[in-house]
Amino acid sequence: MIVSVETQTATLDRYVPLLGAAEVDELRTLAEPLEGSTVDMVNSTAVGGGVAELLSRILPLMRELGLDTRWHVMEGNGNFFDITKAFHNALHGGAYVGGERGFEVFRQLNRVNRDRILLDGRFVVIHDPQPAPFIESRPALKSGHWFWRCHIDLSRPNPAVWSFLEPWVHRYDGAIFSSPAFARQLPLPQYLFYPSIDPLADKNIELEPEFVERVLELFSIDSKRPILTQISRFDRLKDPVGVIRAYRLVKRYFDCQLVLAGGSASDDPEGSGVLEEVRNEAGNDADIHILELPAASPLEVNALQRASTIVIQKSLREGFGLTVAEALWKKKPVVAAAVGGIPLQVIHKHTGLLAHSVEGTAYQIRFLLAHPHIGRRLAEQGHEHVRENFLITGNLRRYLTLFLHHIGG
Amino acid sequence: MTTSEQPFQFVSASYLTRVENYAAENIAELNAGLAEAGDATVFYHTFHTLRQHHFLTEGFSNDFAQWVLASLNQPALAERLASIDIRDYLSIQELRSDIRRILGEFCEERPTEATNRAFEPFYFCEAVEVVIPLHWDARTLPGFRAGLERLSHASFYHHFISSRVRLQLRTNDFSHWFRTALGMESLAARTDRIDVYTNTLDTARHELIELVDGEIGA
Repeated sequence: MIVSVETQTATLDRYVPLLGAAEVDELRTLAEPLEGSTVDMVNSTAVGGGVAELLSRILPLMRELGLDTRWHVMEGNGNFFDITKAFHNALHGGAYVGGERGFEVFRQLNRVNRDRILLDGRFVVIHDPQPAPFIESRPALKSGHWFWRCHIDLSRPNPAVWSFLEPWVHRYDGAIFSSPAFARQLPLPQYLFYPSIDPLADKNIELEPEFVERVLELFSIDSKRPILTQISRFDRLKDPVGVIRAYRLVKRYFDCQLVLAGGSASDDPEGSGVLEEVRNEAGNDADIHILELPAASPLEVNALQRASTIVIQKSLREGFGLTVAEALWKKKPVVAAAVGGIPLQVIHKHTGLLAHSVEGTAYQIRFLLAHPHIGRRLAEQGHEHVRENFLITGNLRRYLTLFLHHIGG
Repeated sequence: MTTSEQPFQFVSASYLTRVENYAAENIAELNAGLAEAGDATVFYHTFHTLRQHHFLTEGFSNDFAQWVLASLNQPALAERLASIDIRDYLSIQELRSDIRRILGEFCEERPTEATNRAFEPFYFCEAVEVVIPLHWDARTLPGFRAGLERLSHASFYHHFISSRVRLQLRTNDFSHWFRTALGMESLAARTDRIDVYTNTLDTARHELIELVDGEIGA
């Protein structure tokens, strides 16, 4: 069955100190012509994952602006989620292992879900491939404005899965992607909505220096020496071993420490294997801190980022890589790989430094350690870049603008 | 204090980015894509990008120059493209024509390099603008100053930078109002001289407020 999700309350006024009153006031102005409009959002999970996190934070803000928002979550059985996981991997370019049976399960569960809810909002936003067939629910007279928000990278999809989904996608009034590189050639308007961070979330709020110091003490990290940090799960695509190798090249010239912090790998067989490789690579180096953090440790992650001298994101492949925006928001110099959505956040030599190899990563880190004033300038500009382009309020403004544009505002 | 019969109407401007269905893999394709691109696309990669990156006051001019430098390592061509100053143009057609002339010359002089594949493709986009009048206007300089302080970055950009294309004049909404409604030619001229490339939107606004304060105090 489909459940509707209650969202937490938030107030726009709390963003005023971060953005200025003018930015927040204009959100209210833009929302005036939309007051009372119903907005239906549909996705496949109420908790966990970036989409659920985004919706839980942006929908209360829309409500505060006078839009009548409703969040609907698909429900399915294990088969369905196995299939949607197979779809997810295939749409990222992997092989499709679900077969024709998988397509039928997908169609069937979508039919069941559609039968249980009426989507009659003035605006309907369907998130990701799982509920894409909800467009079948659109009344024959094409009431409402329907958008498909794709959060994943569709640049190299498995042809079988994409050709299965594509006919539904074509029926929307617009598609929304996170990066131009993730979009497809489609016969409908395609809009660019960057993913966003919430500066008021625990992961990003300002912290007292004493709290940051306590977190460093907890993990036996020396606050007096440079700290290089990569925050990401223990996954080969995040190249933690490559990060250690880059750190070693830096260590020849700078007495620094490395923090590799990510979620616990205890329930992830692949993650456990990667963690083992990382530990082997680190050996007995007491200045390499490998931290397995519990899933809900946003304040600790925040503290580690704030304590860092330089934040690294040396991924081999990446979705959007919002950890970069998190670090830039905290005014940290960033050295990152030029993959996925990272170059949108790190404009080379303007908001951070990009690298393409272990040696290049090490070189850029050494450069920043030797020229901290340049790091500070990049970090300041990076912070402004995030404020202008990657905050939740910007996302809210894009939704309002999208709705206004489609009603001819 | 001069009061204008013609008020300055502040607006809230907001922008969407629309991704086009084509991309360029090399300089020759960029040139060809530009020939086919709509005005909104040329506008996006020149005017709009200045708003998105207004906090960069050193070495960032437009998306074409940035791509040629970052994805193709062609600093000389990047420098020529970066030297294009949007204040010199009264129409998108003229702007497009100059960008294409520079790209065309490169393609002619260095045909092999013009087809070298870029590290990242250039994705053509266009800007979609939505404008809503704000609830306040100004008939006097103090009223104008108060309204100016209440504008978001996007709306300040709309009045100060993108207005050039709309007005088809080498000026902006503010100077245009000073000149035509208040008869303050000197203030208009000094406002026209505020540099949109070496200022952020915040510092440009600050400069303008200082100019207005100077007139109010005079």
